[in-house]
Amino acid sequence: MAQWNRSGYFRSSGSRDVNPDLETERQTASFSVERLTAILDGGADNTRTRRAVEAVIHSEPGFSRENQYFQSQNERYEAAVRRSVYLKEKMHQMGWTEDGPEIKYCYRALGGDLAFNVHRVFKNSILALGTDEQIAKWIPLADKYHIIGTYAQTELGHGTFLRGLETTAIFDISTQEFTLNTPKISAMKWWPGDLGRSATHAVVFAQLYIKGKCYGLHAFILQIRSLRDHSPAPGVIVGDIGPKMNFEHIDNGYLMLQNINIPRENMLSRFSQVLPDGTYVKRGSDKINYLTMIMTRIHILWIEVIPTLLKACTIATRYSVVRRQSKLNPGDPEAKILDYQTQQQKLLPLLATAYAFHFMNAYVNEFYNKGYTEIRQENFDSLPELHALTAGIKAIITEYCTAGAEVCLRACGGHGYSALSGLPFLYTKLAASCTYEGENTVLFLQTARFLVKCLAAVHSGQPIPPSATYLSSVDSGKCQARTSVDFLKPDIYAEAYRHRATRLLGNAATKLQGLVQSGAEQHEAWNQCTVQLVQAAKAHCHYIVVKNFIDTVEKLRNEAEIQKIVKHLCDLFALHGIFSNTGDFLYAGYISGDQIDMVTASYLDLLAVIRNDAVPLVDAFDFTDESLNSALGSYDGHVYQRLYEWAQKSPTNKQVSQAYARYLKPLFQSALSKL
Amino acid sequence: MNEDLRRERDSASFNPELLTHILDGGAERTQRRKEIEALVLNDPDFQHEDLNFLSRSQRYEEAIRKSALMVVKLRKYGIADPDEIYWFKRCVHHGRAEPLDLHLGMFLPTLLTQATLEQQDRFFMPAWNLEIIGSYAQTEMGHGTHLRGLETTATYDPATQEFILNSPTVTSIKWWPGGLGKTSNHAIVLAQLYTQGQCKGLHAFIVPIRQLGTHEPLPGITVGDIGPKFGYDEMDNGYLKMDNFRIPRENMLMKYAKIEPDGTYVKPVSDKLTYGTMVFIRSIIVGDSARSLSKACTIAIRYSSVRHQSELKPGDPEPQILDYQTQQYKLFPLLATAYAFHFVGAYMKMTYYRITGDINEGDLSELPELHALTAGLKAFTSWIANAGIEECRMACGGHGYSRCSGLPDIYVTFTPCCTYEGENTVMMLQTARFLIKSYTQVCSGQLVSGMVSYLNDLSGQHIQPQQVAARPTAVHINDPASLVEAYKLRASRFVEVAAKNLQAELNRRKSREDAWNRTSVDLVRASEAHCHYVVVKLFTTQLSEINDAAVHAVMNNLCLLYALYGISKHTGDFLQAGILTDAQVTQVYQRVKELLAAIRPNAVALVDAFDFHDNCLASVLGRYDGNIYENMFEWAKKSPLNKTEVHEAFHKHLKPKQAKL
Repeated sequence: MAQWNRSGYFRSSGSRDVNPDLETERQTASFSVERLTAILDGGADNTRTRRAVEAVIHSEPGFSRENQYFQSQNERYEAAVRRSVYLKEKMHQMGWTEDGPEIKYCYRALGGDLAFNVHRVFKNSILALGTDEQIAKWIPLADKYHIIGTYAQTELGHGTFLRGLETTAIFDISTQEFTLNTPKISAMKWWPGDLGRSATHAVVFAQLYIKGKCYGLHAFILQIRSLRDHSPAPGVIVGDIGPKMNFEHIDNGYLMLQNINIPRENMLSRFSQVLPDGTYVKRGSDKINYLTMIMTRIHILWIEVIPTLLKACTIATRYSVVRRQSKLNPGDPEAKILDYQTQQQKLLPLLATAYAFHFMNAYVNEFYNKGYTEIRQENFDSLPELHALTAGIKAIITEYCTAGAEVCLRACGGHGYSALSGLPFLYTKLAASCTYEGENTVLFLQTARFLVKCLAAVHSGQPIPPSATYLSSVDSGKCQARTSVDFLKPDIYAEAYRHRATRLLGNAATKLQGLVQSGAEQHEAWNQCTVQLVQAAKAHCHYIVVKNFIDTVEKLRNEAEIQKIVKHLCDLFALHGIFSNTGDFLYAGYISGDQIDMVTASYLDLLAVIRNDAVPLVDAFDFTDESLNSALGSYDGHVYQRLYEWAQKSPTNKQVSQAYARYLKPLFQSALSKL
Repeated sequence: MNEDLRRERDSASFNPELLTHILDGGAERTQRRKEIEALVLNDPDFQHEDLNFLSRSQRYEEAIRKSALMVVKLRKYGIADPDEIYWFKRCVHHGRAEPLDLHLGMFLPTLLTQATLEQQDRFFMPAWNLEIIGSYAQTEMGHGTHLRGLETTATYDPATQEFILNSPTVTSIKWWPGGLGKTSNHAIVLAQLYTQGQCKGLHAFIVPIRQLGTHEPLPGITVGDIGPKFGYDEMDNGYLKMDNFRIPRENMLMKYAKIEPDGTYVKPVSDKLTYGTMVFIRSIIVGDSARSLSKACTIAIRYSSVRHQSELKPGDPEPQILDYQTQQYKLFPLLATAYAFHFVGAYMKMTYYRITGDINEGDLSELPELHALTAGLKAFTSWIANAGIEECRMACGGHGYSRCSGLPDIYVTFTPCCTYEGENTVMMLQTARFLIKSYTQVCSGQLVSGMVSYLNDLSGQHIQPQQVAARPTAVHINDPASLVEAYKLRASRFVEVAAKNLQAELNRRKSREDAWNRTSVDLVRASEAHCHYVVVKLFTTQLSEINDAAVHAVMNNLCLLYALYGISKHTGDFLQAGILTDAQVTQVYQRVKELLAAIRPNAVALVDAFDFHDNCLASVLGRYDGNIYENMFEWAKKSPLNKTEVHEAFHKHLKPKQAKL
């Protein structure tokens, strides 16, 4: 245990005076951590660039997040604005560009604690939906932060269902203007980031009316605050929506519009235009706008969601080798809590999940880039698949990451509950991801709709999109494993996942068809099958992740040591999934009861194997202490000293509270005479 | 009232008030609870600003103010019954923890149970009058669950007849005790007692920590707040470090163990009594699981009746989101769970009172079993409620994430009970230890009784899959009693598997501890299956006590849903053991969906029956009148970021950029 007289702790995190309990873990690594880091970064060059960027960011006190956990909503917001403006200057100074590789490393180093994320969406929407003149007018202003934009789509009463949005934009031929209105309280724009306090402009989605006829949703650009004194424009009611579970640094806002007139040129008009005489003209397909949505989804997964799980795993795993509790053998010192099977069962499958999701990056990007090229050439054939794939992948990744971070939090016992562990911050960030950028259940159902169509295509002999071709392969009907070792063969478990996905989809589709044939209306039949359809979509996504993990392991054939450990993680990910969903596999005897016992045996053996490399596996993520911002998870493992030091900085220990003088002192006085 | 909610309430098939009476334990108790709540709700002294908009220091101060007031008012009103005090307190603090919790809940009771009469004379009345406020300092930075590992020392010095208290390492700093950081001037400190050169294990000492009059820490004492947490903003969880701090011999709590002036140690008689307190606290946590989940369900189900989205049928108006099967599937099993846990909590409390009656008459025979089995129930219910609250939040989409929904607050207030009062996994393993012991007893030919008596049927090979293959027809998926049997078989099987795997590990000549560790995943599973069985059983038992036919019908559906949903989530267990066939599993899935549709018309009435006052619910989305959108806007306008029309961040950081335009 750490002694009081232990010297050197209060050195900066750059020093490497490491807790011996962590040190021993690192000495026994079965592979080169540095090499794995390079693979995770997509090459050693990227690792170098990343570290250089991190070094720049961390050396500037202006970017420090040191007191983040002690700040109020107001202070968090102001600090985020300060960092963002400062980052802009820094990037300029360093010669880093908006589309260069450095920006994502800046974001990573700062843990995403920046403002103006929606400003970026504002720009992207103008780039996607604006005419060349509109782009030329607005983008340079936005690039220099001369204006700050937001993207106002979601309303108080409507989020997912876009057609239900109620904001109106009525074209007036006599003035050549649109009049924007919030006709009722539920139509107020609600949630857009950067809207509450920062934005001067907004891209607002509204139902377009010309001569009394509704033409559906369109995007309009309007000024909402004065550029002189930042006060709201006349007819604009705007503010912050109040405290949330997290994202307190972001000023999510509300916006109410009362007869705001904007010129005809302010409708974003690349795909549809209103002529001066009120004629509505449609040009080409605005399906490209889906691409913006898909891109945003992919972006948040790799910038916001997956790294957050990686961080949570890093913190919980490191803490679990520093924390000791009870004895495993009489006479021994107290055991590291990671040596308990139950702790391994909580954390190691998550570690495998973190790797599984990280490796999905390449797969999804390949799909996206292919689709992007085609769509730019106005070929929209791959759009449904791209859309369905990213919807399901977003849903499964955010669901698993959110649940995973929470497990990490609780796996750290009481200390995980302290804000200083960093885990509440990470968890509450992830908790939002299950509902933003598409509510997960809705997304799974979109994937399911696509799969049902694919299945119909299989039956009618039509071509099937690549991600669903497996639906047409022949099922062996029984799992071929004979021993528990057989379950370490990727073919065996991939086949099991394939079988499960095919079966669950088949069952749901059959049920759906049955209901329709027995006279139910299509929509009612669909609603009655949605629970099953969601299960089918999840099983499909699970299969895709397992399959991709297997392919990734294959590709590591020139890295023997790393391939070995990554293969263990792949096995663990796959077997944990079977172990946790035995019913899906036992059903109809695909896997027998004896085989389930084999799965369990292999799964538990893997926990013990991966246990030995657990710390090197999280070290390979290579997060700086500053970006982890955790008293429990630092590289040096001086958990307790740091917890104590940080607690002393808490404002509750500095500020004079009136509580004593006002309420406690009167109570205590009378004891003086008696004690 | 919002039209949708009115329609929901009008179409309920039963009277929710009758159900409220069942939950409260009788109509008179409901009435009395409402009287007590009215005392708080109508008292202007207890009004304050929405806590969501206050800083932590402000929230702490507000809580202290209310707590001090509460103690005065309780005495003024002459409220002394524990349940009534609990109702009052819950209403004052909206179910949140507050700085005097440990003083009232641990410091005072510990004085009563462990102090000598002489000590009680010195400390009890000042503490009762809040002249002394005490915390209970057990947990240290480096040790929580494993009490023997605590490092704080109390060394007896016969020369001065004093104990010298020390925190010898960083890890030994007392960490987490509530009310310790800023509020308390005394603490009961748990420390390893050293006398005559020997360690006598953990003992409790009354330690003054702050100067009366100035409230400054005493020389040798370092004390403070441990900083911000996930929740518990009102609570000053604290740290305490002692450096050669001396207290008189008389400050050791000596009702049981004693130190003579010369340093001779006198051993205590029995420590079984502490089991009783732990069982009681666990029954409160199980009740809290039910309550927190009930609140979350109330909010999510009311909101889902008011929120409209998309279209089910092309051309129709947007439906209430509660009409979507996926939404029902998220919320109704949780609603059933909330009811189930409520009955478990009530059962535990009742059993506690029955057995403590026995304690006074000297019969403690049931205590070990109760102690062992309630550990698992605490873990089982708190884990599920914890996840359930988050599901409710996510079922409210984006708005659930706003603190105006109240759901983030319910979650952060509840979630620490998965780790405090015994970390859940450790609790599960305690129950497993008892299950294995009982199994071993059965194997050696002795019968066991109580909740584990089903193990008696395990005489050898009863539940091998082959033999039960003929059994499936015996499970009737519409009969709760039959489902209890199914859960019982599952529990038996998992206990047996764990016991056999444990034996197998032992046969590989592993030490007991090592073998136990290598079987712990199986053991936790066995405990979970056991607890699940207990919950289904208690819910089913409760049905027979409901007299009103309409209420009985709806509760019967909820009970079936609870049991069948549990099966549908663990089909593998039932298939592998041959308890259910593939065909029955398919029927279970189908029946779950039918039950969702059957419960749908009564969903709002079922949450109304929990009878949470809007003030206690503290949720804009969960308001009884359903007028959510207007009130979200009103709430947001009060946000701290809206205090000024133009935020100062603009002047500092943005204006310089925009000057050029």
